[in-house]
Amino acid sequence: MRFRAFTSRNTKEILRDPLTFCFGLGFPVVLLLLLSAINSAIPEQAQMTMFNIDKLTPGITVFGMSFISLFSSMLIAKDRTTSFMMRLFTSPLKAHEFIIGYTLPLLPMAILQSAVCVVVAFFLGLEVSVNILLMLAVNIPIAIVFISLGLLLGTLLNEKAVGGICGALLTNLSAWFSNIWFDTAMVGGWFKDLANALPFVHAVNAARDAISGNYSDIMPELLPVCGYAVVLLVLAVVVFSVMMKRNK
Amino acid sequence: MYAIKTEKLTKKYKEKTAVSNLDLKINEGEMYGLLGVNGAGKTTTMKMLTTLIMPSSGDAELLGHSIKTDRAAVKQIIGISPQESAAAMNLTARENLELMAEVYGFSKKVAKSKASELIERFSMQEFENRKAKKLSGGEVRRLSIAMALISEPKILFLDEPTLGLDVIARHSLWTEIEKLKGKITVILTTHYLEEAVALCDRIGIMAHSKFMAEGTADELVALSGEKDFESAFVKLTNGGEL
Ligand SMILES: Nc1ncnc2c1ncn2[C@@H]1O[C@H](COP(=O)(O)OP(=O)(O)OP(=O)(O)O)[C@@H](O)[C@H]1O
Ligand SMILES: [Mg+2]
Repeated sequence: MRFRAFTSRNTKEILRDPLTFCFGLGFPVVLLLLLSAINSAIPEQAQMTMFNIDKLTPGITVFGMSFISLFSSMLIAKDRTTSFMMRLFTSPLKAHEFIIGYTLPLLPMAILQSAVCVVVAFFLGLEVSVNILLMLAVNIPIAIVFISLGLLLGTLLNEKAVGGICGALLTNLSAWFSNIWFDTAMVGGWFKDLANALPFVHAVNAARDAISGNYSDIMPELLPVCGYAVVLLVLAVVVFSVMMKRNK
Repeated sequence: MYAIKTEKLTKKYKEKTAVSNLDLKINEGEMYGLLGVNGAGKTTTMKMLTTLIMPSSGDAELLGHSIKTDRAAVKQIIGISPQESAAAMNLTARENLELMAEVYGFSKKVAKSKASELIERFSMQEFENRKAKKLSGGEVRRLSIAMALISEPKILFLDEPTLGLDVIARHSLWTEIEKLKGKITVILTTHYLEEAVALCDRIGIMAHSKFMAEGTADELVALSGEKDFESAFVKLTNGGEL
């Protein structure tokens, strides 16, 4: 399998940059600690359950993946300008093999990030149960959404631009439209409709359903996320293939 | 069949014509040198022949496969060592070699043994486990050429292969390149005239995107009416005037 060699190169590329890797894993943990500290300061009478650890953890695991987006976009944007990549473009590797080769090592990184987040949440009072494993599995489609979004943007934009777009725009997008910080239904109107049309809300809902054991509610929420994942992945391949053939 | 046959191969950028109506015929097993001053169009020619950029007009065939319509077949038979040494910087020299072998479809095991063989051939034992970003310029260049060879290409493109090499490294690389003679087709560019004279069966001279002259070193000297190759090169580059 030709793409396997490229996959293993990308894995090494990620692991040999331990600073970024550790920051990626630690990023959601910091948020989790911060927000549960805030939560403990909210009086019980306020009946504010949004930041309770069983609600918060799934939300943060999804939000944390915006960092994986940033990471994947930077990786591909940087690679694209190197003469090493030029060499690979003269090899038999096809566009889809490049994209698979980037996605495969990033996926475990995303799930590992969620897992680290969950382990910290255990110490903050999250109940240990098999539902946690289910939640990690339910997070796979949204992980693919974030990764392919990053690859797509990294293919289209240069390294500098992509830092801004993925770093600022995408993190904000996934924060505002995800039910993590506030219930989008509370705002209502076009805001809610837009949130529902995007995958983030559904991913958070599915993860929350998984953790709370509402198994029958998972699939309807997960399907749109899977749809996004497939479409974005295919789009990333198409755009990458156009970029490969474009006259430079 | 020719190893490389181009027909009116042309590359135009917005304002600039980088390569204009190039007609080249290179035989199988031939070692062909492409000479020309900075900006003559050598790298652009190589990029078109290696499918990196599409020609604006004209076409070329590599062992009968068109670079426009049969790119997959072309990619399988070529190897390239780009002008800027191209290795994955966070991988070791050995890992780079194995990666290239596997990308061309060799199994892990075969890739390993081929890597060992090339490490020995290009005397890279001393730094085989060092990351590419920590190698010296000359070491990366040797690695880059070994990476181009590991896929056993039928046609090898070397863009300024000995740039930045010390005299000893250059001569040992010449010896390695010479061993390829007759086995595979090699097309190389260089600014060292003595390199082209020593290595190449035939030499083509480009200037200002156009092909000026072609032949063996002796033929080119005779053609120009000069005494040595350097004066011949200058004269032919300037279109007949010294
Ligand atoms: N992407 C591009 N856009 C516009 N012009 C370009 C582009 N690439 C190359 N050129 C121009 O085309 C001409 C030929 O460039 P090329 O790189 O082929 O030269 P070369 O013969 O390899 O030179 P050198 O010996 O310096 O490597 C140059 O004038 C260069 O500026
Ligand atoms: Mg050049």
